[in-house]
Amino acid sequence: MGEFTRAFVEAGNLLIALDPGILGIVGLSLRVSLTAVIIGTLIALPLGATLALARFPGRGIPITILNAFMGLPPVVVGLAVYLFLSRAGPLGEFGLLFTPGAMVIAQAILVLPLIAALTRQTIEDLAAEYREDLAALGASRLRMLPTLLWEGRFSLTTGVLAGFGRAIAEVGAVIIVGGNIDGVTRVMTTAITLETSKGNLGMALGLGIILIGLTVGINAVAMAVTRFGRTRYGV
Amino acid sequence: MKARDDTLFPAVLEDVGFAAGGHQLLTGITASLGRVPVTVLLGPNGAGKTLLLRICRGLLTPTRGTVRWGNAGTGQLGVRVGYVPQHPVMLRRSVEANVNWALALAGVPRRRRGEAARNALAAVRLEGFARAGARRLSGGERQRLAIARAWSQRPAALLLDEPAAHQDPAATTSIEEAIETVRDAGTRIILCTHDLNQARRLADEVMFMHNGRMLEKTSGSVFFERPQSEEAARFVAGELLV
Repeated sequence: MGEFTRAFVEAGNLLIALDPGILGIVGLSLRVSLTAVIIGTLIALPLGATLALARFPGRGIPITILNAFMGLPPVVVGLAVYLFLSRAGPLGEFGLLFTPGAMVIAQAILVLPLIAALTRQTIEDLAAEYREDLAALGASRLRMLPTLLWEGRFSLTTGVLAGFGRAIAEVGAVIIVGGNIDGVTRVMTTAITLETSKGNLGMALGLGIILIGLTVGINAVAMAVTRFGRTRYGV
Repeated sequence: MKARDDTLFPAVLEDVGFAAGGHQLLTGITASLGRVPVTVLLGPNGAGKTLLLRICRGLLTPTRGTVRWGNAGTGQLGVRVGYVPQHPVMLRRSVEANVNWALALAGVPRRRRGEAARNALAAVRLEGFARAGARRLSGGERQRLAIARAWSQRPAALLLDEPAAHQDPAATTSIEEAIETVRDAGTRIILCTHDLNQARRLADEVMFMHNGRMLEKTSGSVFFERPQSEEAARFVAGELLV
């Protein structure tokens, strides 16, 4: 118990001091995860919406895969990306391994199925409601796609936030492809792992508090924007 | 403003039937529609009016028979025939943006959409609501917005499904005025209703339906004075047809 209290006090001191080392770690975490989520979202939204609207035989197969991949284990994704980016791997010549770029790739792969699967479900539900009306106004399936994505923007925000939560919180993928190099690829989760193993529980806990605080803060802002939109334009 | 596309009329239905789940919902409907400004599909609930309207717009494929609009099949109508369902879906954006979306689909260039949207909203007396969220409108206002949205595309015909069902007299009046404005601007109206009085007020021609069949099709005045079929006579007399 004494250990725990001491860790909290130390964490508080670190937060008050806002150590530049910590700021660098927090900054890199945000940069990597936000970039990964943006890239993942740009692919996942059209992909999910296409799967929702397209009708082809065997359509259930990609949907099942997508749904299953929502829970893709980060370490496995990390390992796969590692194999691709390692010097002997197919993309080895780009020298991306142990750089933030590699971490962005791994996290983008991790969040893509999650956002795409939630998008697919959202758009399919919306299409059931909208399809005839939009068709009667002369819209083709292809034309419905951007319209339905915009109509689903409030629900889709939640999906993108879930993706961000998954990215910023995961440690398995970034530690493998990033390597937790101080000042280069060290992010909050990998730093927490390291500090805990070194016995620096205060430092670890301080980072943990910042991590949770940031996640809550970003969610709060996004939900406030969504709530404003919902009130303005109706549910 | 495009001139009305007269090549679509009349819409010819030949032996149209529709069956689903082992039930015959429409049987042997042969008729030509849209020769007059307002055609009313009249009949009690369950007569198959909505089904027939959706088939005419090409949203459903009949299991028997064919529908042609002049030389065009129902798949080639584009924005030339509009359709407003009983519960139209409002896009989650402003009233004006709902009309703009329809205008974009009709190929109206961006710089002309503002004025076109204002005209369409003025026609249904919604000009004061341009900036409001479309989903915040009342039922009657939604119906008028849906009419404006469809009409902004300048269709040759507009199909309306129970445009004033469950509305109070004031809302019904506003909706019927919107329909009359559209009619007077030259768009042919084909609407279905179970409301005898609405049919009386609007119909130039009545097509009476019961249990998936067309029982008669005559001019409005003849229908209400001397209905030909026994069912229509009972319906006009205010009896409940089941």
